[in-house]
Amino acid sequence: MLRRLLGMIPTLAVISVLVFTVIQLPEGDIVTSTLDRLSATGVEMSDERVRNLRAQYNLDQPIPVQYLSWIGNFITGDMGFSYLYARPVNELVWERLGYTLLVTVGALLFTWLLALPIGIYSAVRQYSVADYAFTTAGLIGLATPNFLIALILMYLGYTWFGLSFGGLFSPEYLNAPWSWARFVDLLAHLWIPVIVIGTSGMAITMRLMRANLLDELRKPYVTTARAKGVPPLKLLLKYPVRIAINPFISTIGLLLPALISGEAIVGVVLNLPTTGPLLVQSLITQDMYLAGSLIMLLSVLTVVGMLLSDLLLAWVDPRIRHERA
Amino acid sequence: MSEPLLTVKDLVVEFRTELGAVRALDEVSFDVPRDCITAVVGESGSGKTVTGNSIMRLLPESAQSSGEIVLRPGDEEPISISSLTERDPRLLDLRGGLVSMVFQEPMTALSPVHRIGDQVAEAVLCHRRVSRETAWDEAAAMLEQVGLTDVERRMRMYPFEFSGGMRQRVIIAMALICHPQLLICDEPTTALDVTIQAEILVLIRSLQRKLRNSVLFITHDLGVVAQIADRVVVMHDGKVVESGSVRQVLKSPRHPYSIHLLASMPGARTREFSQ
Repeated sequence: MLRRLLGMIPTLAVISVLVFTVIQLPEGDIVTSTLDRLSATGVEMSDERVRNLRAQYNLDQPIPVQYLSWIGNFITGDMGFSYLYARPVNELVWERLGYTLLVTVGALLFTWLLALPIGIYSAVRQYSVADYAFTTAGLIGLATPNFLIALILMYLGYTWFGLSFGGLFSPEYLNAPWSWARFVDLLAHLWIPVIVIGTSGMAITMRLMRANLLDELRKPYVTTARAKGVPPLKLLLKYPVRIAINPFISTIGLLLPALISGEAIVGVVLNLPTTGPLLVQSLITQDMYLAGSLIMLLSVLTVVGMLLSDLLLAWVDPRIRHERA
Repeated sequence: MSEPLLTVKDLVVEFRTELGAVRALDEVSFDVPRDCITAVVGESGSGKTVTGNSIMRLLPESAQSSGEIVLRPGDEEPISISSLTERDPRLLDLRGGLVSMVFQEPMTALSPVHRIGDQVAEAVLCHRRVSRETAWDEAAAMLEQVGLTDVERRMRMYPFEFSGGMRQRVIIAMALICHPQLLICDEPTTALDVTIQAEILVLIRSLQRKLRNSVLFITHDLGVVAQIADRVVVMHDGKVVESGSVRQVLKSPRHPYSIHLLASMPGARTREFSQ
């Protein structure tokens, strides 16, 4: 366990170098891209001012020094300053992380509450009409890009109900302090992204549950339990479902990285105040600290998420628990 | 002699497959008398396991069966197992209560994620209204009877921490804990190595003597039959070709297939028959 934790450090160190290198790879930096924008609107800047700007952002330092100051600050919890938003990265991320968490967890619950029971039903009634119907619906859902579902829902909502979706709040509540009305307003907006993002995982979850359960249903221990006289429904849930569900428990840890990068496109389309669109924006504008910190955060959450997955799996599955001991 | 505990009459089982119906059992009839061990012997595919599963009603959905299976528990009304519907509550009483089963593969027949003690105690909880503690204590007593040592600690362990022989003992305990009148053993020693095999056979034999239930022992091994059984039913190609006491069938088989089966056994008899 301790070895596992220590092993994470070199992994993250290597990742941090890679992240930094990749961000540096494209030509130019935030200053040149700002200059490009300015000259496009006809504003010219003197070389003197450009140099000052570079010095202000630490961009005149050698690359290794830039790296060290960035990663040093990152470790102490300071993710730097976003040129684009002219605000500390910390503020930007924390502000959005809560909403991202809300949307992601909501979507996951939506997926599981629907897809797991459907998967179980499909496996128990394999090759029934309902099984085929769910499979077909699931595959259509899988084949449709998320942003398309988002657009269709927005279009239907607008033409049928005259509602304008997008964002998580109505304009009047956008900057209002928290109140009951604002909370209700949030719930009224939340279901759209939850459904859109949830649908994408639905088909996979459904099919995976079906396949896992079909495997388990054929195992001899199920017959043993039947021969013992365990009532059918209790048997189904206590034995094969209990084991078929393990892989899903292990994916909970993978939610952490999804908090940052997941569903960026849906986030952009639906104009959600989540971290996905932030990442996209920062990469386009070469906002080095914002992009670098977000990707680094993503890596940290991935590694931590993996650890969390393993711990959860060990907790639910005694076989894995004992292998480690 | 009293009525047999179990009567199987004209049992036909067919499996629907893509190539049409395949007949697994063809008018199988035999009796299982009380208080003795009846062996069903035959080669792979002769229908032994299908017979055992039919009695427990554990056949897959693709199976269609006809014929009659009647169980006559000592003090209760006879039960026509073959005519119970899948939703009949009596079926749950039957499975694990009146009739129980020990399987061929001890390595996979236990749930990998539940503790040994819980799996054995569950059998009690399925059939009698007792507290978890009582069920646990009964499971402990039963596990001791099948020769497990250090029972309290072992009951908190998981199947993967047990050897094949120990798991088979656990499964036997699980099958016997509700004192079934009929214990079906489907090749219970095939997957075990020879020394463990002998131990398990002795265990089944001695428990039968003690509990005075009936055992239907399915095997392909005539050596095992000679060692354990009182009566034997020889099956071939989905049919019963011969049945009778072990002494009579092994000493002077009447059906050509029984003779052939005996001749194929390695050992002294081989020479006798090949001469």
